[in-house]
Amino acid sequence: MPTLKIPTPLRPYTSGESAITLPGKTVAELLQAAVQRHPELKKHLFNDDNQLRPFVNLFLKEENVNHLGGLDTPLAEEDTVLIIPSIAGG
Amino acid sequence: MESPLTIIIPVRILEQIHAHGEQAYPEEGAGLMLGLEDETGRSIKSLLFLENAREEDARHNRYLITADDMLAGERSAEDLGLSILGIFHSHPDHPNQPSEFDREYAIPWYSYLITSIQAGKAVGSKCWRLREDRSGFFSEQIDLAD
Repeated sequence: MPTLKIPTPLRPYTSGESAITLPGKTVAELLQAAVQRHPELKKHLFNDDNQLRPFVNLFLKEENVNHLGGLDTPLAEEDTVLIIPSIAGG
Repeated sequence: MESPLTIIIPVRILEQIHAHGEQAYPEEGAGLMLGLEDETGRSIKSLLFLENAREEDARHNRYLITADDMLAGERSAEDLGLSILGIFHSHPDHPNQPSEFDREYAIPWYSYLITSIQAGKAVGSKCWRLREDRSGFFSEQIDLAD
């Protein structure tokens, strides 16, 4: 099963786990499996319209999935997806 | 989570943050604070100075650290045996209080250090963390170290 790596700021919502192995044939399925297992994670990954928050970025093999197939990017069993926040302010 | 929190920052590191903010003036400057955290609190050990990735005409009141920079920052922190504990940025000709835009885009857990730059000169920094319910920030006390 693919693995989702959790950045430090979100680990309080995954019981401290830094990597979670979950079922999922696409990036979207992997994220859904993650929020099902750790519901507290949802509000930090998705907004009220169930859209990925703008500062949440997903990387597969050092590549932003936006440059691949977005959330529909297919995953292999051994793949690892990283959640990397971008930081903005004023 | 919201009991008084302390972050230890060496004086030389705070001076580097202030110098970076002065150099970026009148635009906002930003970067990452790397350090260690244990049950006693957070201690900053190193900085990563980054380019403000916002478009030129927005950089006077906005900053952006891209996901690519964050990924590189994570790798650098790992190499040093440290973690990204927070973000520093400057407020040109504004107080070192978080703006509404800061709140909207903030991420829980990170320490947000804001330096006020007045007429090109750093006049003080404060550190903040986002509340769990995202309603605002609470203050994190800065303890200066040698």
